[in-house]
Amino acid sequence: MTKVTDEIVEIDEDTQKDKFLTFKIGNENYGIEINYVTEIIGIQEITQVPELPEYVRGIINLRGKIIPVMDVRLRFKKEPIEYNDRTCIVVIDIMDISIGLIVDSVSEVMNINDENIVPPPDIKTGFHTRYVKGFGKVGNDVKLLLDCDKLLNDDEISNLTNSF
Amino acid sequence: MASKIGREPMLDMFIFETLQQLEELEQIVISSEKTNGLTESAISEIFRIMHTIKGSSAMMLFNNITSLSHSIEDLFYFIRNDKPQNLDNSELADKVLESVDFIKVEMNKISNDEDVDGDAMSLIEDIKMFLAQLKKDNPAVKIQDEIQIIKKETSQKYYITQSKIQPLVEKNTFKAIILYQSGCEMENIRAFTLIHNLKELTDEIWYNPSDIIDNDSSVDIIKRDGFRVLFKCEKTVREMNSFFEQIPFIEKLELEEVSYEDEIDQFLEKRKIVLEDSIFNIEKAEKNKDSATERDIQIGSTGQSIISVNISKLDKLMDLVGELVISEAMVTQNPDLRNLVLDNFQKSARQLKKITTELQDVVMSIRMVPISTTFLKMNRIVRDMSKRLDKEVKLQLIGEETEVDKNIIDHISDPLMHLIRNSIDHGLESTTKRVASGKSETGVITLEAKNAGGDVLIQVKDDGAGLDREKILKIARSKGLFNKPEKELTDKEVYSFIFLPGFSTNDKVTEFSGRGVGMDVVVKNIQNVGGSVSIDSTPNVGTTITLKIPLTLAIIDGMTIRVGKSRYTIPITNIRESIKVEENSVIKDPNGNEMVFIKEQCYPILRLHRHFKVNTNITDITKGIIIKVEVDDKALCIFADELVGEQLVVVKALPKYIKKIKGVEGCTLMGDGGISLILDIPGFLNNQ
Repeated sequence: MTKVTDEIVEIDEDTQKDKFLTFKIGNENYGIEINYVTEIIGIQEITQVPELPEYVRGIINLRGKIIPVMDVRLRFKKEPIEYNDRTCIVVIDIMDISIGLIVDSVSEVMNINDENIVPPPDIKTGFHTRYVKGFGKVGNDVKLLLDCDKLLNDDEISNLTNSF
Repeated sequence: MASKIGREPMLDMFIFETLQQLEELEQIVISSEKTNGLTESAISEIFRIMHTIKGSSAMMLFNNITSLSHSIEDLFYFIRNDKPQNLDNSELADKVLESVDFIKVEMNKISNDEDVDGDAMSLIEDIKMFLAQLKKDNPAVKIQDEIQIIKKETSQKYYITQSKIQPLVEKNTFKAIILYQSGCEMENIRAFTLIHNLKELTDEIWYNPSDIIDNDSSVDIIKRDGFRVLFKCEKTVREMNSFFEQIPFIEKLELEEVSYEDEIDQFLEKRKIVLEDSIFNIEKAEKNKDSATERDIQIGSTGQSIISVNISKLDKLMDLVGELVISEAMVTQNPDLRNLVLDNFQKSARQLKKITTELQDVVMSIRMVPISTTFLKMNRIVRDMSKRLDKEVKLQLIGEETEVDKNIIDHISDPLMHLIRNSIDHGLESTTKRVASGKSETGVITLEAKNAGGDVLIQVKDDGAGLDREKILKIARSKGLFNKPEKELTDKEVYSFIFLPGFSTNDKVTEFSGRGVGMDVVVKNIQNVGGSVSIDSTPNVGTTITLKIPLTLAIIDGMTIRVGKSRYTIPITNIRESIKVEENSVIKDPNGNEMVFIKEQCYPILRLHRHFKVNTNITDITKGIIIKVEVDDKALCIFADELVGEQLVVVKALPKYIKKIKGVEGCTLMGDGGISLILDIPGFLNNQ
């Protein structure tokens, strides 16, 4: 009996395991673990807040809850583009901090098994590998799997000095 | 022990209730000590509280609390029942308060999830000694009580047997009409004996006439019509016949087995009425007899009309109501409805608006609690301090019904405690000094709360010696605190030195104060809730410390302004005026800082669009609007595009991810779902 319930619990946890939400920024495909994601909303009016780094665009009102939004494009030092109806805000929740990630477009939820994930190379080849904790292979495509924790908490200035 | 109990809600409830009761107890003890004697109601109240604490702590397995409260209960049981003559009230109060403190410490451990390991033995011994002494002085008289208890028990037993009378179907039902031999006399007594004998066979007997013993006329009825009995038992007709044959003086017996439903009804109905009546009477009698217990029950039930709610649930509720108000605006002012004639819709919309506004008011009012609980706590401090320091002190409370937001109440309790301690220790002179300077022996500390616009003013006033300007200056000098020539310092500025950390004018360190920690903590705590502290003092008349605290943190009256696409809210209490200025009243200093002349005074201008780097088309100072803000004699003019309007706004904190932003103290949701940043005006002014 206990074995059965154990299995059920395992299955329950398994439904979120290995699942990634993939989205596009420019030509690259990124993925984040699905259990961080609370919801996906369309772009909405953002209130500017002074003194913030450029990539934190401001705050939005998510049904009474006020959350900051970060433009992932700007975070990765890419050229900003005009927001359009494909632009999405992916709301993620990490250690009780809710934050919205502005991405060019959301693609799909897909399974990427552990054996298809390769860790990033040791040598820092580019700026944004700092936030990538692995490369997921899906067919011929490669998805860059983001480390949400680093995305939020890494101090940008220390990154700059390290990488260049 | 505590860790074994995994039932959190119950533990929560226990802590909450016990603390509340301890508070109540403390007040009773202190007030009765003041009036020099315990009233009867106070004694039974203390007894009741201790009894409750004993019971609930025993249930939660906190044995030290249980045994302590048990010993106090014993003590008050004795006092209540024997009314000892030579009771030392002050010592009694000490004992009770010591115990209250002990339990409070233990409760604190419980709520912090620590082991409840306090040893109450010495306290209990103390109380027992005290009780023993009392008993020795007053020989006990207890008999009356015990009689009462016995009475109660017997009446209850009676009540139970009565209620057992319930028809059962399994048994045979008999009807008997008994005629006694003429001249045998005392037919009613014989009938009673018969019933008594029958009761050994069965519980279910109905008889007519039913009042055989009490009513003498029943004798005549039995003589004439016979004694009619209806009963149910497991015996057969023959067995019953032989039973009746043994009974003497029976002339004639008509015994027959009857069907239950047919015959019993008429009997039963009559009897039932009597039965119910008697139960009712018993209840009534018992009620009268034990009115004291009943009062207790009533007190208990009025307590039930108050429930305790976790404050986070209230916050959630307030958020939701805020959302509701916004959604209402979104529906009723929906752009899709523009230019449509919708009479019925408008009517319903108005109704909706009325209800949501009311709902908002109610939710706000839930968070407001009178300040009296905090004030009453101070009684205890005054009592303890005046005893230890041997100063006569009277605490006067004014305006304790003033209501303040719950969050704020929690923050001002400690500062107030510090201030009261300071006032008693430093402020008030010793009794001899007071008499020498022609004051009354008893020092008076006045604690006053009053509303002043959106703020609450709390004043702690003493009629002591006042602050010593020279002494403060001396210490300030030695610590190098001056920022301008000594002569130019106003009294207020000098007095304000005592708010600085590590500043103490007291030469000796006492148990209560003098370490120089305190006043700066007071200031910090009050500033944390957005308030301010000021001090005023007159030599030989006294010192007044005034706390100015906002009524609520959650809601402020704000003026919303617009800069470009962004909106900002300025707390209305900071705004002095808003004006359009002429080109010629604006001047620039060599560094490019702009200033404006308003009524002969010169104020710096802060361009919000520049300060916050917001894009806007209005950069010409004459096109926009100037808002003059002021905090504590400092003023500044803020330049914005336009005023949007004044409204009450619910203050929300900025998200955790965004750390403290200079000049922004929070944000709020606007009617259209947008966000407005609330400006931190004191922050702006202090940056200048």
